[in-house]
Amino acid sequence: MRGTVASLAAELAAGSVSAVELATEALARAQASPLNAFITLDPERTLAEARAADALRAAGQAGPLTGIPIAQKDIFCAEGWRTTAGSKMLGNFVAPYDATVVARGKAAGLVTIGRANMDEFAMGSTNENSAFGPVHNPWDITRVPGGSSGGSAAAVAAGIVPAATGTDTGGSIRQPAGFCGITGIKPTYGVVSRYGMIAYASSLDQGGPMARTAQDCAMLLNAMAGFDARDATSLPRDAEDYTRDLDRPLDGLRVGVPRGWLADGVSADVRAAVEAGIVQLETLGAKRVEVDLPHAQYAIAAYYVIAPAEASSNLSRYDGVRYGHRAADYTDLAEMYARSRSEGFGAEVQRRILVGTYVLSAGYYDAYYLKAQQVRRRIADDFAAAFAQCDIIAGPIAPTVAYKLGEKTADPVQMYLGDVYTTLVNLAGLPALSLPCGFGEGGMPVGLQLIGGAFSEARLLNVAHRFQQATDHHLQTPGGAA
Amino acid sequence: MSLSADDVRKMARLSRLLISDADAAATLNALNNTLALVERMAAVDTRGVEPMAHAQDVALRLRPDAVTEADAREALMANAPAAERGLFLVPKVIE
Repeated sequence: MRGTVASLAAELAAGSVSAVELATEALARAQASPLNAFITLDPERTLAEARAADALRAAGQAGPLTGIPIAQKDIFCAEGWRTTAGSKMLGNFVAPYDATVVARGKAAGLVTIGRANMDEFAMGSTNENSAFGPVHNPWDITRVPGGSSGGSAAAVAAGIVPAATGTDTGGSIRQPAGFCGITGIKPTYGVVSRYGMIAYASSLDQGGPMARTAQDCAMLLNAMAGFDARDATSLPRDAEDYTRDLDRPLDGLRVGVPRGWLADGVSADVRAAVEAGIVQLETLGAKRVEVDLPHAQYAIAAYYVIAPAEASSNLSRYDGVRYGHRAADYTDLAEMYARSRSEGFGAEVQRRILVGTYVLSAGYYDAYYLKAQQVRRRIADDFAAAFAQCDIIAGPIAPTVAYKLGEKTADPVQMYLGDVYTTLVNLAGLPALSLPCGFGEGGMPVGLQLIGGAFSEARLLNVAHRFQQATDHHLQTPGGAA
Repeated sequence: MSLSADDVRKMARLSRLLISDADAAATLNALNNTLALVERMAAVDTRGVEPMAHAQDVALRLRPDAVTEADAREALMANAPAAERGLFLVPKVIE
């Protein structure tokens, strides 16, 4: 893609390019791409959306995003589009309605280029758990793009589209954004509606935008966020303009760096790039302070109880009766359920269902599920104490840059350990973003994570935007992979 | 705590999943590794800590008990693996 959301929006407004032209270019790039970033392309449907966007503009009713191409993570139901959540279980599922995120995007005039590949039901950190094959990292096609929003991140990084939607339950927007060298924000829990977003772990799931720049993410979040009566956990708040503070100076900003986060647990290349990123913030006027998050080290443990517990409940709906895969051979109802589910779900999804069932079962509930909820409270309290001493927290997204495809598939726990800097944010329900801060081993991008207090999205995007005004990491693109 | 093969069979039954004999050992191993990871949280002192079920401390909203959704029966049933006369078909459950 030749531009960012902001630059393409200006071209569209000036009439120098049409939505149909942008969609046609994006479709051609998507079809030619070797990355497997998309599960479904439907050019007729895409071009119909693009023509509608151009008609809106011709009628003088265009908004700031009208005609901008976007990749939709295949977890958001979109009427008439096959919506699979990366699973064989939903391989033939055509959504009968629009998720609120999709409906709001349509109303803003965004044009869906295709359905982005993802780890099955958003369970994974590499996109290797997709039933539709792994996605390749555009910086090095032998490496993973991260997950679960791996298709979204790869499509933006490769320049197929300027924007994508993602969801983040334990890092699934931030980690692939970091691995692919783009910008992505997970909003405060309750800011973006979950209606029509296929559920993984409902108390943690949150949708958000992924793009090249913080400014683009702010523009996209304006369209995505907002109260929705159809989501019982949507927060009734006044609408915000997330672009309002982008240019605010950073003088006096207190940046908290958690003690121990840049020590042994993180590889030397990632540590150097993240350190340089923090120094850059200081150059822009920020003040570095040390903070403590003493229970952060237990976040993965609590997460891998709470998320599977909620998943085992959420995924009980897939029974082969009302929608989804049904086995061909069975003798009775019980066998139909079990065969349909075993055939429809991949190995990692089945493992998480089993773990979730176990930690919720009689006799183990207190030791696992209740304990995890208590640890969750401790982690949230840690953040509250830290934000008394700083305005935002800065640190790594992941311990390493993107690794090779197949490197961590044999041992799921090794993959879980990569979520050490991300899951705690979801447990506390806070907003956090990833932005490119340099390059590490093998020339792979490194992400800088910024975490804020509840509803501090505009501040986080402001800090990231000022950073990007002073640096060019986010302008680097992989050579020729698109 | 370590799970046994029997525990895995029980969880599979409760979860309506079939674990083949060929996959049983690998599944048992993976689940035990996961539980070993999560048991690290035993080191946290949680005496008197109120469990946190949700990030926002808000009560569920109520709304008037009125029909708000339009009829979408056909659209919703279009994805059914087996349907007839507006009904989902399942194997016989009562002899």
